[in-house]
Amino acid sequence: MTDAPFTEIWVYLAASPLLWLSATLVCYLAADRLYRLGRSNPLLNPVAVAVALLIGILTLTGTPYAVYFDGAQFVHFLLGPATVSLAIPLYRQRERLGALAVPIGAALLVGVLTASLSAIGLAAWLGADTATQISLAPKSVTAPVAMGISEKLGGIPSLTAVLVVSTGIVGAVFGTGVLRLLRIRDDAVKGVAMGVASHGIGTARAFQVSPTMGAFSGLAMALSAFLTAALLPSVLDWLGLAGG
Amino acid sequence: MLQALTLILLCQLAGETVVLLTGLPVPGPVLGMLLLLVWLFLRGGVSEEVGRTADALLAHFSLLFVPAGVGVMLHWERIQGQWPAIAAALLLGTLVTLAVTALTMAGTQRLLATVSRRRRGAVGD
Repeated sequence: MTDAPFTEIWVYLAASPLLWLSATLVCYLAADRLYRLGRSNPLLNPVAVAVALLIGILTLTGTPYAVYFDGAQFVHFLLGPATVSLAIPLYRQRERLGALAVPIGAALLVGVLTASLSAIGLAAWLGADTATQISLAPKSVTAPVAMGISEKLGGIPSLTAVLVVSTGIVGAVFGTGVLRLLRIRDDAVKGVAMGVASHGIGTARAFQVSPTMGAFSGLAMALSAFLTAALLPSVLDWLGLAGG
Repeated sequence: MLQALTLILLCQLAGETVVLLTGLPVPGPVLGMLLLLVWLFLRGGVSEEVGRTADALLAHFSLLFVPAGVGVMLHWERIQGQWPAIAAALLLGTLVTLAVTALTMAGTQRLLATVSRRRRGAVGD
């Protein structure tokens, strides 16, 4: 037996979106299983583990990212509808929402400015170039918005996407610990902080803690996306980074 | 399920269309979320079907970020060259943002509570 039939099957499968779509789901399910086995230890964040597994497989098989994304785009597409459906948990919190409008507004404004200024400041201080600084600036905002902002302001959109996902993982892994250290107990406050600092991945983590925390995280994520899109051009202009 | 999914997709489509027409600096799905929220307020409730579909989509929200995360492959060189700056911005920047946001919200809540208590006290005098 030669390995010709196997090569043929591989060539056929590798060309269809089915292979990498399935691989994405299998790796995520494995990562999720591991996370549960590890008693939801945030260090075993399922997104981080699934990404690491997939990069390992793609590197071993010599598959370029574009080929992988051909299959994975079906999962990626669902980000849009899932973002829209965040309206439902939000609506379920409508009574508390009205009562908390002012504190949420203050937290959003301060949080959004802290997110971009701290990223740009730390990166500039440690010698990152302008393109990296601009790509980092919208890192706390949900991926599709951040990529749009990055492109418009002279960053690298695909780098921003990666930085956004990493930011989300950092928030999901360490967020609940930091909030516990600060003795924040109100799920609404915890959710808003999570949503502003680490968007959708933080929101996914927040939903694991409680539906209330998830709903407020989803709200904060949506509003901070709007606010960042509106404020960041002026912030970069003020810092002299515009159009870099 | 199908009706709910259609409603959600239509909200996204409306959001994308408005963004294209007006050049608003936000992405279509985020605007779509606000449109769906407005629609729910107008209708005065969430039907069980829409609720179930949204919960299903959100149950595995993390999974949806995996394809974008794998894109880190495309940027090894840049990340290797500037990793201390990128790591600091990601770790410190995110944790500082989390803390500052939480403290601002909790602080404002406490401030508002104090103000309203004082006002009530003044009325009582």
